[in-house]
Amino acid sequence: MLPCLPLSPSKFLLTVSLAISLFLSSLGPEKTKPRLPEQVSIVCTFMEANGNGVMVNEASKIKSEIESLEAKKSQIDLRISALRAQLNSSNSNGVRKEQVTDSSYSPSTGLSSNGQLSADMVYRYSRHLLLPSFGVEAQANLLKSSVLVIGAGGLGSPALLYLAACGVGRMGIVDHDVVELNNLQRQIIHTEAYIGWSKVESAAAACRAINSTVQIVEHKEAFCTSNALEIMSKYDIVVDATDNAPSRYMINDCCVVLGKPLISGAALGLEGQLTVYNYNGGPCYRCLFPTPPPTTACQRCADSGVLGVVPGVIGCLQALEAIKVATAVGEPLSRRMLLFDALSTQIRVVKIRGRSLHCEACGENAIMTAQQFRNFDYEKFTQSPLSTSPLKLNLLSEDARITSKEYNERIVKGEAHVLVDVRPSHHFKIVSLPNSINIPLENLEGRLSEISTSLEEGGNKSVDTSEGASLYVICRRGNDSQRAVEFLHKMGFTTAKDIIGGLESWAHDVDPKFPIY
Amino acid sequence: MQLTLEFGGGLELLCDSVKIHKVNFDTQAEEEKVTMKHLLPWIRTNLIKERPEMFMKGDSVRPGVLVLVNDCDWELSGQLDTVLEEKDVIVFISTLHGG
Repeated sequence: MLPCLPLSPSKFLLTVSLAISLFLSSLGPEKTKPRLPEQVSIVCTFMEANGNGVMVNEASKIKSEIESLEAKKSQIDLRISALRAQLNSSNSNGVRKEQVTDSSYSPSTGLSSNGQLSADMVYRYSRHLLLPSFGVEAQANLLKSSVLVIGAGGLGSPALLYLAACGVGRMGIVDHDVVELNNLQRQIIHTEAYIGWSKVESAAAACRAINSTVQIVEHKEAFCTSNALEIMSKYDIVVDATDNAPSRYMINDCCVVLGKPLISGAALGLEGQLTVYNYNGGPCYRCLFPTPPPTTACQRCADSGVLGVVPGVIGCLQALEAIKVATAVGEPLSRRMLLFDALSTQIRVVKIRGRSLHCEACGENAIMTAQQFRNFDYEKFTQSPLSTSPLKLNLLSEDARITSKEYNERIVKGEAHVLVDVRPSHHFKIVSLPNSINIPLENLEGRLSEISTSLEEGGNKSVDTSEGASLYVICRRGNDSQRAVEFLHKMGFTTAKDIIGGLESWAHDVDPKFPIY
Repeated sequence: MQLTLEFGGGLELLCDSVKIHKVNFDTQAEEEKVTMKHLLPWIRTNLIKERPEMFMKGDSVRPGVLVLVNDCDWELSGQLDTVLEEKDVIVFISTLHGG
């Protein structure tokens, strides 16, 4: 764009300004007018600077001004999105943005009394209407339907986005959690601007941004036996997007009590599973899993990890099954289960048993009642907590434990010691304390000699002491380290001490810059 | 008898993280028909490397494990009495709860 011909500085400037004003005016009057003087003045500054030979100075000034403006801009952007969300959530209680202006159309569905779609609705959902197997009827069913999504995490994120986009009439979102930075790798409905906000508010704002005609109901609470029946009774279809065993049994039973179809998805590591329960005479979750698994078999994403796109795939499929159930189009995945293996890119759909006559929730003799449901203790039944808060073991006596602060004081004093980190080696690679030796808990028994050798060599010492080196054990949160110390005591390492709360407490109490994961 | 055994949903961790095992299963049983009842203890002895209690409970699989014989829930084919045939594919999958 810039002229290459030799021009005097003033002519060059004129040409540049002219080119810029021509270019900017082509963008339309509203945007160009306020911006033009600023643009030209930058060009002028640049030209003068060039003439005086102090361009480097000026350029760095400009750069720093750009930087500070960019910083201000991103702060303003953050503030705007937060305010928008606030506005949206205060609007949601009763008052709702409605694009349907013609009074002959129902504001809640965008449908007229004889089932006709409004012009806006026809345009918005035209690609659905063009599908011969879907068409106006299915879209109208969708607009009249309501879906409750329990969990606005890895599964709930894509499920909610698609359900909002496709035009479900009313959508409820249940979650008690707040958005954290380590959610964003997979919980794609949330953005950085919402860190620290309730997941429900964040998800609701994202859904409204996509489709303001969908009625979104925010349930900012944990789903539990005391509120489950009341919340769920207001919806036609339930999507289980939770992350723990007791919630899965509870949601299933509540669906049985209220007769709601349940779209159940789960994901962990590199695998996912999907089924539709309690649909059209098909089995419920308890028909398939009458006895809860041992707690050790219930791994959590926070411990075992999960590739973000895996719950993404399953969540999308949950939205698909919910749409099929809502519209009565196609065959929902009832009496079948989909197994997804991301590593080998295999999707396997298997045939599963039908409704069990002996099922304790939906069987012939034992239909669960609302009263039974309210009194059922799901945490006791599954031996695991409803919330995903990490386990806090307390296996050792006080004298076999030491706080991270105390440990720090001792190493600062130069105490001779050996620090054994019992986390799995791939955890150790993420981050570790200096001079710690990694012996994963599962290998401890076979590698005791390494500890003995280190102790004999005097461990990490900066000061000579007559006493032998002390032995400390650390892990991520302070559970495995207790198991390890218990074992070490039995094996004769009687002085072994566990560092309470593990590396998380180190990061919390000693070194705030230490990475946590 | 050639069988393909697959472990998923975390059960593969019990057999050195290998998901698919093509095995030659020859039971010592005198009976004519080879069933899942014969296969499970064989797997526990020959494939499971750690925490066998995470695979079996009593003479069956532990709660939370789904068994599929040729992509079909073993409840539909007689559970432990499911008769196995040459080239059958048996999948053991632990139910997932994460999300």
